[in-house]
Amino acid sequence: MADILGAEVDEEGFLVDLGDWTKEIAEQMAKDDDVDLSDEHWDVINFLRDYFEEYQIAPAVRVLTKAIAKRMGKDKGNSKYLYSLFPYGPGKQGCRFAGLPKPTGCI
Amino acid sequence: MATKKFIYLNRRSSFGTVYAIESLEVVLIAAAFEQDVSLAFIDDGVYQIVEGQNADGIGMKNFSKTFHALGDYDINKLYVSAESLEERGLSADDLMPLVYEDEDDDWVEKPSIKVVSNVKLSKIMSEQDVCLSF
Repeated sequence: MADILGAEVDEEGFLVDLGDWTKEIAEQMAKDDDVDLSDEHWDVINFLRDYFEEYQIAPAVRVLTKAIAKRMGKDKGNSKYLYSLFPYGPGKQGCRFAGLPKPTGCI
Repeated sequence: MATKKFIYLNRRSSFGTVYAIESLEVVLIAAAFEQDVSLAFIDDGVYQIVEGQNADGIGMKNFSKTFHALGDYDINKLYVSAESLEERGLSADDLMPLVYEDEDDDWVEKPSIKVVSNVKLSKIMSEQDVCLSF
């Protein structure tokens, strides 16, 4: 099994135990993907973690976009903006950085 | 993609078997593919949406919280059997206040749960393309 900073990850790089998550792990995952985490990235990562805490699921991209639009405004809640932050998909890559499982229904 | 009308029948309580959580998972997948999704809660299935569940003592994830996300997935047709509630000494007041925001009505929050008779429920089921029982 692969690991990131000692935390076990699955074959797609998602944390096996969500309890292992730290900011350092998120930063290391981003570095491995050639992404520099900005405050804008952290807004989305924190949003995803709050969403998971509240609903116990990683949201589908459509739901994430809508929810961010509601919480942070339309200029952030659109897929163009979110894909500019997370080129491999705000759902898939964002959830991975946030230490969540792969979103349900995500292929 | 063609849209089909799916109804998911939930007949078992939340924990003890994997049926309830697996059903919810499949429901979310269908919603991700933007299908027309309805849920029905019959027999012990009505316990799945009872307010105030706590899974701490059995070491399981309290996935009942996830029902609150269904509105975000445009799943807003949750039918509950009136007879099943009554047989268990429950009423609509014991259920979680599940809501959705109506896009066509200025995003007003509306209740997703409808308590219906079994006769009405069979009529709803007969109008579906696909019926999956859990």
